[in-house]
Amino acid sequence: MTTTPVKARLKTSAMIASFADPGQKTAPAPFGHALVRAAEENPAIVGLTADLGKYTDMHIFAKAFPERFFQMGMAEQLLLGAAAGMAQTGLVPFASTYSVFAARRAYDFLCLDAAEPNLNVNVVGGLPGLTTGYGPSHQATEDMAIFRGMPNLTIVDPCDSLDIEQAVPQLAASGGPTYLRLLRGNVPTVLDEYDYTFELGKAKVLRGGADVVFVSSGLMTMRALAAAKELAKHHVDVAVVHAPTIKPFDSETVLRELNTDRLAVTLENHSVVGGLFETVASAVVHSGINKRVVPIALPDEFLHAGALPTLHERYGLSVARIVEKVLGEL
Amino acid sequence: MTTTTLTATAGTGAAERHRMVEDFAYRMRHHALNMGEVQGQGYVGQALGAADMFAAVYADQLVYRPEDPDWDGRDRFLLSTGHYAIGHYAALAQAGIVPIEELETYGSDDSRLPMSGMATYTPGMEISGGSLGHGLPIAIGTALGLRHQGSTSRVINFMSDGELDEGSTWEAAMGAHHHGLGNLTVLVDINALQADGKTDTVLRTEPVADKWAANGWHVQRVDGNDVGQLLAAFDAVAKEAEPDARPSVILCDTRVGRGVPLLEEREKAHFMRIDEHEWKICREQLTAGHEGATK
Ligand SMILES: Cc1ncc(C[n+]2csc(CCOP(=O)(O)OP(=O)(O)O)c2C)c(N)n1
Ligand SMILES: [Mg+2]
Repeated sequence: MTTTPVKARLKTSAMIASFADPGQKTAPAPFGHALVRAAEENPAIVGLTADLGKYTDMHIFAKAFPERFFQMGMAEQLLLGAAAGMAQTGLVPFASTYSVFAARRAYDFLCLDAAEPNLNVNVVGGLPGLTTGYGPSHQATEDMAIFRGMPNLTIVDPCDSLDIEQAVPQLAASGGPTYLRLLRGNVPTVLDEYDYTFELGKAKVLRGGADVVFVSSGLMTMRALAAAKELAKHHVDVAVVHAPTIKPFDSETVLRELNTDRLAVTLENHSVVGGLFETVASAVVHSGINKRVVPIALPDEFLHAGALPTLHERYGLSVARIVEKVLGEL
Repeated sequence: MTTTTLTATAGTGAAERHRMVEDFAYRMRHHALNMGEVQGQGYVGQALGAADMFAAVYADQLVYRPEDPDWDGRDRFLLSTGHYAIGHYAALAQAGIVPIEELETYGSDDSRLPMSGMATYTPGMEISGGSLGHGLPIAIGTALGLRHQGSTSRVINFMSDGELDEGSTWEAAMGAHHHGLGNLTVLVDINALQADGKTDTVLRTEPVADKWAANGWHVQRVDGNDVGQLLAAFDAVAKEAEPDARPSVILCDTRVGRGVPLLEEREKAHFMRIDEHEWKICREQLTAGHEGATK
């Protein structure tokens, strides 16, 4: 029997991985704390989860309001069906699970029980896009594609802790069903350095630039801002437009920015099919402007398991790969 | 191919059979600790807890050819609980399907042994089970498909107690009974634990045995860390359930971290934290326990 210890490895496909850069400013569990604050104002707010409270920052709410927290077990169809039922009675449920299980397993329950009657059910999805190296069972690379087809549903893809904190009360106040692509744990704080506030349904220009315009959502806005700084070293001047509300989409702001002769690039933590790129593409075609748009997105494939930094590099989401792509296009 | 690896223990005496399974489980537990140390975290507690279940399957029950894991005549072992892959890899290594040296790549980039079990990555892995509650529906189809094509191969589905929360499990439970799947056996690892805490605080699933029985299954509940009980349960399946064309479930109460007192006594957690210096202690405790038991 060999009992020799093996060498520990740095690269891991563990479920919980951080995408914060070393030394980056972060805030702990911004969703959980924002939900507690919103619930202090609004007694109708309740929290539900499907055996993932600890992993979606819902445990913060559960601790603050144990009597307004409902553990539904690992039963996602029950989670969203029951959330709809609670909304019928006038409550404002926030229901958390991983994005894959909300989008893939429980779609029908959200669609018919909450979206069709336009109820205030707020779905909070952990591990959106490629935020775990755990493999296709947990990588929600197509969650926005799935959800964009659902009438009435508002879809928010926040960039950082500030976005999340400001989005939560607006989602609660918005009336209809919503889907938030959750970033959990110690979440980077990035947008505080810009003149920015989150407004549901609005895209915002974070910085101007003469050569290239980035339209981005989610954590890719963080990468877009870092890439813009890198590209400046190559004498490329990049504007960044952050579009955290994917649906309803702020076509007006985005089209105004695209309708120039700058190179236009979309950046998203999602499949190239059915997410931000196609949302922008459809707005462009509808408007009649003649504009080429270059997508930076995940490929239309089942992705590998592996360490998150390895995979972001492999699939083109890293800052280095963005810079390389843009320089190649110019 | 002429050789068929029938169950390794076929034709051996009861004591020898028992000893072979225990030894298999003991070696598996060492593999699991080694894999856990590579990652410094993970599902070691589950792998140790379920090792006797895996060992009973691979050392005593399953028909397979280690050199040809896709052989048509094999029994099908489905790992529904994807995060238990660490336990399954330990069994696959001990069964000769995956090289033991390869275990140290567990969970690393470009490894054939990802943290969550995937059929496209690993020889001997029949399904990709990370989204929980898929194994049993697939097992129903596998059992139907094999029977339909005249195969006498068995299907064994391994699942966790957390998977009892999922509606898909109970849809499949009814389906298996309806279709008279005597060629299907399900093992449930009841470690009384899931992601947010103890099972009875997350979703009360008891009385579990009554639920399977009400769905028409042949039900047994055993101590899943007692090899004698596990083997007796499998024997009863062959004698009572299969001839009756009833699907069988063996409910296995197990102890997280089994075999390593340090971990058995630690507070139960879905992700068990083990400090760097503790791995050596774990290995020593495991070895000492085994030597004590086999003296
Ligand atoms: C459909 C689905 N929902 C949620 C999860 C997230 N998840 C992973 S393990 C787990 C706990 C499930 O219970 P069990 O398998 O008994 O866990 P353990 O005994 O290993 O703690 C959960 C909720 C999942 N993998 N699949
Ligand atoms: Mg369990």
